[in-house]
Amino acid sequence: MTSSKGVGVVETRYFTFAEPPHEFVLESGEKLGPVTLAYETYGTLNEHKTNAILVLHALSGDAHAAGYHAGEEKAGWWDNFIGPGRAIDTDQYFVICSNILGGCKGSTGPKSIDPKTGKPFGLEFPDITIGDMVHAQKKLVDHLGIKKLLSVIGGSMGGMQVLAWMIHYPDRIVSAIPIATAEKHSPRQIAFDEVGRQAIMADPNWKSGAYYDGPPPAQGLAVARMLGHITYMSDISMAEKFGRKKKSANEDGPFKFTAEFEVEGYLLYRGESFVRRFDANTYLYITKAMDNFDASADRPLQDALLDKDMKVLVIAFKSDWLYPTYQSKDIVRACKQAGLETTFCEIDSTYGHDAFLLEKDDETHLIKHFLRRCYQHLHKP
Amino acid sequence: MTEPLSSVQPDHLAVLDLIPEGSTVLDLGCGNGDLLALLLKEKKARGQGIEIDEQEIYKCVAKGLNVFHGDIDTGLAEYRDKSFDYVILNQSLQQVKHVEEVLDDAMRVGQKVIVGFPNFAYLRSRLQLFFGGKTPITPTLPYTWHTTPNIHFLSISDFMTFCRQKNIHVEKTIHIGQKNRVCLWPNLFATVGIFLISK
Repeated sequence: MTSSKGVGVVETRYFTFAEPPHEFVLESGEKLGPVTLAYETYGTLNEHKTNAILVLHALSGDAHAAGYHAGEEKAGWWDNFIGPGRAIDTDQYFVICSNILGGCKGSTGPKSIDPKTGKPFGLEFPDITIGDMVHAQKKLVDHLGIKKLLSVIGGSMGGMQVLAWMIHYPDRIVSAIPIATAEKHSPRQIAFDEVGRQAIMADPNWKSGAYYDGPPPAQGLAVARMLGHITYMSDISMAEKFGRKKKSANEDGPFKFTAEFEVEGYLLYRGESFVRRFDANTYLYITKAMDNFDASADRPLQDALLDKDMKVLVIAFKSDWLYPTYQSKDIVRACKQAGLETTFCEIDSTYGHDAFLLEKDDETHLIKHFLRRCYQHLHKP
Repeated sequence: MTEPLSSVQPDHLAVLDLIPEGSTVLDLGCGNGDLLALLLKEKKARGQGIEIDEQEIYKCVAKGLNVFHGDIDTGLAEYRDKSFDYVILNQSLQQVKHVEEVLDDAMRVGQKVIVGFPNFAYLRSRLQLFFGGKTPITPTLPYTWHTTPNIHFLSISDFMTFCRQKNIHVEKTIHIGQKNRVCLWPNLFATVGIFLISK
């Protein structure tokens, strides 16, 4: 797919902070510590540490955004966009991506060991918010000695984190790129998340979150993921990908409701593969964090951003019905009224919400030129 | 990127003449961003564009401009009063649905408004219509009747009358002809009219 060489073999690293008694204070007031964040970096931090870009992942993402882990064939989740000559050019920029707080890919989350009990947290894990994720990332950025990030960029839940960075740490960023995201979830988005959560909690293996010494609630998590995947695609992209094609012969046996359409097989496969790499409790915690996120909760977003010195690039996709363009336009309106230098583009894509991972050429053009301008602005004589 | 001003299209030069150094400008229907980029460079202006065509957005972004993808009719309403020194409607007024509302809103959002449009009553248009009996095609109105994006066809006189009726103050006019600026009988000899207006 990508013509140039990527970032090559990479390794996940770990940063631990907030050792007791100096625990990390969450927005809820609860304390958590120690906290570990798994993170990866690509490219080289320049002498004055002015070329750092923080990439923020979506619901199912992790710290492994680009390159390959030794011995693995699957590239990072945004490998198409991060690397030499790519949208986020690692020849020029230093890229950081960390697994969110509450995640299940190396950062502290519900499946981590609770130091108080010596057992996995499960539902004893405190409620977390998008703000908490960002406050934890800020600790990592401090740890790396970076005073100001050239940009924070992310799609979907990653975009919510971008907005949280804009609100909480406007002085720590030169620019922000929220993609296919929203100031707050609509009732419909909350509804889809709730169905996913109900599927997990209805699985007898869930056991109120205390399943770590037995089989995980795989069925429930798989159904949640299947539902998710439906909302990530568009009518057109599904029609193009699957049509009404049926799978070849009935290899799954004679049962009446065996998946026969290709789309069914695809969803089953997606559900099953997700279960192998994702923790059901993390799914519950972070979908809740997304549902509770409201960038205008304390004060209208435009007031929070008023006269801040940052450049913003907002990207939406025409066929994205999970995070429809009007939600991106709400963000644009707030930036506009706050007097921020803002660019907005609705890319004419048929991929639905998935587009932010797939629309390589158009997104690359927008991101690349935007970052170049931010970098030049920062370094102008 | 540096090009001599002589290669700049005449309507852009006219707008350049009307805008003082360091102004804030909003360019409605900014197209590929040439005018906005020129104002940023020559006048150290701070600018924002609004453009409906996605492909033009990519060109603007490549020029390092701030631009919103959207239509003019709705893009203005969200701005606070007097957000900009100048709001520009160059070659776009004839394409907006609700002319009066857009002009009112432009004058609310900007201290002053610059409007530029092709003059439908230009001599060559008149001759083509009168003698040929066909919808005129000229360098500033280059479209056939079935490909034109224009939905209003107005002359310099039309716009002056409109401003008088609506109590819009016309501060300055620049009339551009085939080769030079036009002083005599602009409604007949100018291909493009540029107006600096305010309420």
